[in-house]
Amino acid sequence: MKRRTFIGAAAGVTAAAATGLSAPALGQGAAARTLRFVPQANLANSDPIWGTQYVVRNSSALVWDTLYGVNSRLEPKRQMVEGEAHDAGFKVRTFRLRAGLKFHDGEPVLSRDVVQSLIRWMPRDPMGQLIPARLDAIEAADDRAFRIRPKSPFPKMIFALGKNNAPMSFIMPERIAKTDPFQPITEIVGSGPMRVKRDGWVPGSRAVFERFADYVRREEAPDWLSGGTRILVDRIEWHILPEAATAAAALQNGEVDWWETPLPDLIPVLRRNRNIAVDTADPLGNIGSFRLNHLHPPFDNPEIGRALLLAVNQEDYRKAVVGDDPSMFSTSHSYWSKGSPMHTEAGAEPLKLRSPERARAPLQAAGCSGRKVVQLHASDFPTIAAQSRVPADLLRRLCVNLELVATDWGTVVQRRASREPSDRGGWNVFPTTWAGPDWFDPAAAVGMRTDGLNGWFGWPTSEKIEALRDAWFDAPNFAGQKRIAAGIQAESFQVVPHVPLGHFLSPSAMRRNVTGLIKSPVVLFDNMAKAA
Amino acid sequence: MLAYIARRILSTIPVMLVVAFVVFSMLILSPGDPAAVIAGDQATPEDVERIRAALGLDRPFLVQFAEFLWRLVNFDLGTSIFTNLPVTHMIAQRIEPTVSLMVLTIIFSVTIAVPMGVIAAWKAGSWIDRAVMVFAVLGFSVPVFVIGYLLAYIFALELDWLPVQGYTPIARGFWPFLENLILPTIALGSVYIALIARITRATMLEVLAQDYIRTAKAKGLGTRPILFLHALKNAAVPISTVVGIGIALLIGGAVVTESVFAIPGLGRLTVDAILRRDYPVIQGVVLLFSFVYVLVNLMIDLLYTVFDPRIRY
Repeated sequence: MKRRTFIGAAAGVTAAAATGLSAPALGQGAAARTLRFVPQANLANSDPIWGTQYVVRNSSALVWDTLYGVNSRLEPKRQMVEGEAHDAGFKVRTFRLRAGLKFHDGEPVLSRDVVQSLIRWMPRDPMGQLIPARLDAIEAADDRAFRIRPKSPFPKMIFALGKNNAPMSFIMPERIAKTDPFQPITEIVGSGPMRVKRDGWVPGSRAVFERFADYVRREEAPDWLSGGTRILVDRIEWHILPEAATAAAALQNGEVDWWETPLPDLIPVLRRNRNIAVDTADPLGNIGSFRLNHLHPPFDNPEIGRALLLAVNQEDYRKAVVGDDPSMFSTSHSYWSKGSPMHTEAGAEPLKLRSPERARAPLQAAGCSGRKVVQLHASDFPTIAAQSRVPADLLRRLCVNLELVATDWGTVVQRRASREPSDRGGWNVFPTTWAGPDWFDPAAAVGMRTDGLNGWFGWPTSEKIEALRDAWFDAPNFAGQKRIAAGIQAESFQVVPHVPLGHFLSPSAMRRNVTGLIKSPVVLFDNMAKAA
Repeated sequence: MLAYIARRILSTIPVMLVVAFVVFSMLILSPGDPAAVIAGDQATPEDVERIRAALGLDRPFLVQFAEFLWRLVNFDLGTSIFTNLPVTHMIAQRIEPTVSLMVLTIIFSVTIAVPMGVIAAWKAGSWIDRAVMVFAVLGFSVPVFVIGYLLAYIFALELDWLPVQGYTPIARGFWPFLENLILPTIALGSVYIALIARITRATMLEVLAQDYIRTAKAKGLGTRPILFLHALKNAAVPISTVVGIGIALLIGGAVVTESVFAIPGLGRLTVDAILRRDYPVIQGVVLLFSFVYVLVNLMIDLLYTVFDPRIRY
């Protein structure tokens, strides 16, 4: 028995004897059936379509199910769908749902729920946004079947329905899915393996999920988001611990079982504890990037972006982002995520030079010398703050008059939306990180869009890249997709929407009595067991 | 007396209005955008604009303020932008831990600090006096979060006597409730103890030099009755004033303490809301804190009449 448990029991018994108040329970069974998890961020809402943060997606994967789910080879596999059929000319595709699927309120999952969920998801998802233009209709055929009538081929459709990056196309009851996608839902009713315990949700502190007894799992081995989801605990508690030192202490003390993303500084302390195992839960990792504002000088001149590529040394970011562990960082001379099918080094030669000296001359020729550059610096976001200081130093050494605006992430996300010049509340550069799947291919990579003011912050313009992107969606096979993705990258190294800063893995720490982790880009609780 | 209380309560209305206006203005004028935070990294600027419009954040300042005031007079603090829960519900969820922490801290601090100050004054110039003053200086100088982490390291990680973090409602047993609050109470109480001990010592030194104390001593009265019945009662007015003023200190300290010990109280709610720019929650909590502060000061004013019957309202 732990010393504190003993003290607690003794004090409780004394107090109970003296005052009649209740003593603490000493049973271990309930504790072993409860997994206590510290997520990467606060779970402030539970609508995966309205709020697209990864913490929301991760909790939603417990509560909702999807039609398809990608496996570790990034192939979409059937989940809620039992099978598909199509007519001879591929004019009508019919999808049939598995029998017995139920929502947490006891209602059966019907095809009209699916149709309405997809209608809500499409406008919020970069891939989903492409679907309506290629569809004539999406409609319920009967209670268990729905039809899609494509106007033009869209080979990535099934992948879009099963992909893992946010927002995922979770299936909700029709009445809930009728909510405007730009408004939050008010009921959390899914058909996934766990249900939300509403009275256990204290935003900013705790969220509780309980096993859904009527969940119908596939009789297959789990593999990322595909296969049979097998939850071995009765209850999963999410403990929101924003202070890293508190989370580390709570894990060491056995008050929580799994900390999703400990800070690199605290890893040595955690590794020294024999009850804690430190590993990587997300094999796809993250990508650092240094985003340039193409609307205003100096980065409206692509020569300057290209010169920056010559100067950057990704190795400099390793120490800043992951500390002393070299296995957690690797250079990546590509816009595409390391390990993704589209990964290539096409056009990446400038990034391999790592020569500030070579960059200086073109920068001066382009009129960059002494020019004021405003860099946004999110000081409350540890990973971004760490990597932010490296390019700041580089820019100062190169030629520019750098103004580092240190502020919180909330302010950065507002200011980065400003299209004004930097002296009127705008910006020139900001570092950020992306989850690996966000740069898997042109469908996911919103940061690669070059449609000017319609695109992501920084607003680069290149008709060539946009045309290649359109062609990628229609490529008939993988070889074609790969060739087009290489072309997109080569052109991106000319336009420079951002400077890639390398690929890093995030450590995850858990108590050794917790077993069965499935490493995946989505936090999965399938197969996890906890010994008493 | 009743008329005085009514006047004071009425006077809180303009105070609260000014607080509401200042808080609202600061939030609207300060940088940050909840819509951008909600939309996430994948969102385009157009998505952010649509969410902002859906939240009503694109309307003119005065329209938003008028709506806020109208809700306020209807005792409606609005709905959280992020959680979509009523602010009153979120405050209700969080009020017990904060009230528990503050009440325990006040009890603990007054129990420790007043005797410390009294003894320091009685033994003025001695090593006891100097030790109390060193403690007071340390209490003021060492940040609450340093004390908090130090206590957690010693008593939770090293000795395994107490938990590192969390909160258990009193309804689930007194010891589990107390167990979670011992370290936060000590951490938060350190500044408060320092403040009260110093003011108690200073006031007692002044009172102990009065003629009536000398008379009491001459009458042969014992030390304890002189210190606690005669001197402390007359020193109580400034001490209670500081206890009241210190509530503001406690509110500020609770924000830090609740973060360090992961207590789901109003302090953490405030920090989370500020970081996300959850305007209705920030407004609700700040208004509540202001109201509590005004109310506590009223209670302290009324308490003066107990300590000093010459005071009349």
